[in-house]
Amino acid sequence: MTQIEDLTIKEARKLLDSKEISAKELTEGALLQIEDKNKELNIYLEVYDDILEQAKLAQKIIDQGDSKDLTGIPLAIKDNILIKGKKASAASKILENYKATYTATAAKKILEQNGIFIGRTNMDEFAMGGSTENSAFGVTRNPHDPEKVAGGSSGGSAAAVAANMALGALGSDTGGSIREPASFCGCVGLKPTYGSVSRYGLMAMGSSLDVIGPITKSVADAEIIFNVIKGQDKYDSTSHIPVRHDGKSVGSLQDSSRDLRIGVPYHLLEQDGISREVKENFEESVEKLKNLGFEIKDIKLPNIDKSLTIYYIIMPAEVSSNMARYDGIKYGLSLDGNPSTPLRTSNLMEVYKKTRGEGLGPEVRRRIILGTYVLSAGYYDAYYGKAMAAREVIKNEFNKAFNEVNVVLTPTAPTPAWKIGEKTSPLENYLADIFTVTANIAGIPAISIPSGFAKINDKDLPIGIQLMSAHGNENVLFEIGKNFLGETT
Amino acid sequence: MSISKEDIKKLADLARIEMTEKEIEKLSTEIDDILDYIGQISHFTKASRDEFDENQIRNVMREDESDPEKPDSREELIGEFPEREGDYLKVKKIL
Repeated sequence: MTQIEDLTIKEARKLLDSKEISAKELTEGALLQIEDKNKELNIYLEVYDDILEQAKLAQKIIDQGDSKDLTGIPLAIKDNILIKGKKASAASKILENYKATYTATAAKKILEQNGIFIGRTNMDEFAMGGSTENSAFGVTRNPHDPEKVAGGSSGGSAAAVAANMALGALGSDTGGSIREPASFCGCVGLKPTYGSVSRYGLMAMGSSLDVIGPITKSVADAEIIFNVIKGQDKYDSTSHIPVRHDGKSVGSLQDSSRDLRIGVPYHLLEQDGISREVKENFEESVEKLKNLGFEIKDIKLPNIDKSLTIYYIIMPAEVSSNMARYDGIKYGLSLDGNPSTPLRTSNLMEVYKKTRGEGLGPEVRRRIILGTYVLSAGYYDAYYGKAMAAREVIKNEFNKAFNEVNVVLTPTAPTPAWKIGEKTSPLENYLADIFTVTANIAGIPAISIPSGFAKINDKDLPIGIQLMSAHGNENVLFEIGKNFLGETT
Repeated sequence: MSISKEDIKKLADLARIEMTEKEIEKLSTEIDDILDYIGQISHFTKASRDEFDENQIRNVMREDESDPEKPDSREELIGEFPEREGDYLKVKKIL
């Protein structure tokens, strides 16, 4: 029998439709992997109890010949995306027992096709982190080496795909949270154009940066999920059908893919903190793309190195505002101010402070404090105002670059997955986002594609490259990505 | 730039987060390091607020009315209340 580890979504679709495999068999294949490895790797926080019923329903639709792209496909969902009636905790104590009261648009679109959500995956609390070490429910281990992090914040989603516990997964990306774990786990991760996928039902972190996207085994699979979840949604006023910056309509590629030009900002690779393995792998990847017939051009993005600074101002500012809703009043954890006083004598302020003090983890608290600081009177112009202006400069630099090249190529992360517990200061962790935050700042789409391995202590750790393109030009990323991985198009 | 323990205490107060002395102390060092890093933005002379095109961001308004297409979640919302009296949300006294 065909095993789940041998299948992509595209291949599984064919086997499901030709009745060579059933939705139940496919789902049970994922469950078997979960039983075998989830305890050790801590990938799923919960496996839903209705998946076999979901599989039965999907099978009925397949049998009727009405299947769509994701009918009967077992998928994982990040713990910050809502499905009505199911728990969604964002890996936080403050929402440990929260049950979603509505369904996210992206999840709804998959459920309407009878895709099967197997369970919710571990993450950095409220998506704040790059290693899943900030989860209130323990770290997710990397399937390639359990001593290493899976990356984050969508670490559980990437690890679920890498460990064959699902054929694909939904993650969310604010500064690299889909792409970095995808690169650490050897998967494909797509951060779509800002606004191309509705954020309705995604727990907000940095609202001007957040986007939902897929993590998969192949570029073709990422494209399949993206095409299902994208689209304008009246419940997210920032969602839209993207128009290219030069006003040309976004459509299928007219020119032969060989005419696509890849820009490489080599000056970015001269920074400190980029590992030898990543640099070597990047050089090899550039060579490979050259050999595939793509034109490589050295480009300059003079202010791109300021991206991380801009990001760590705008993001905490938005975090501090968005986290205000978790106050212990309407839902989630609610702690009484002073346990020694009778219930009725403690006041509202004590409930807020106690609930947030105990319910939110250290990284979340740190970012709230930082955000409160940069937004406070006297500092607003020096930080937030300046960062917003600098954000425009970055956007313009990219717009200019995309007049010359179709995509910009960088490594996805400066290093392969690090050892669990190795990074001790917050700043050290933040520096891992150096290549990924730019796409969120500019709102452009970006994809991480597996490009090889680094041999570290006898273990092969995956490395990824990142391709970024102009607003709405995901199709260029798919085209080059498929070529790079040798996927038949 | 240096941020004092008092500053952190004030920020924690504003953000409605209870913190221990130990955490405040640790946080003031960490936030200091981060502020050192993001303080680089001050050298970014190219960007001024004039360059920020406010026209690109506009507000999207809608009528304040219930959406008939939206599934009714009343029961589920009430079910998530930490404390309730009948269908009312129960809160502690304000002062």
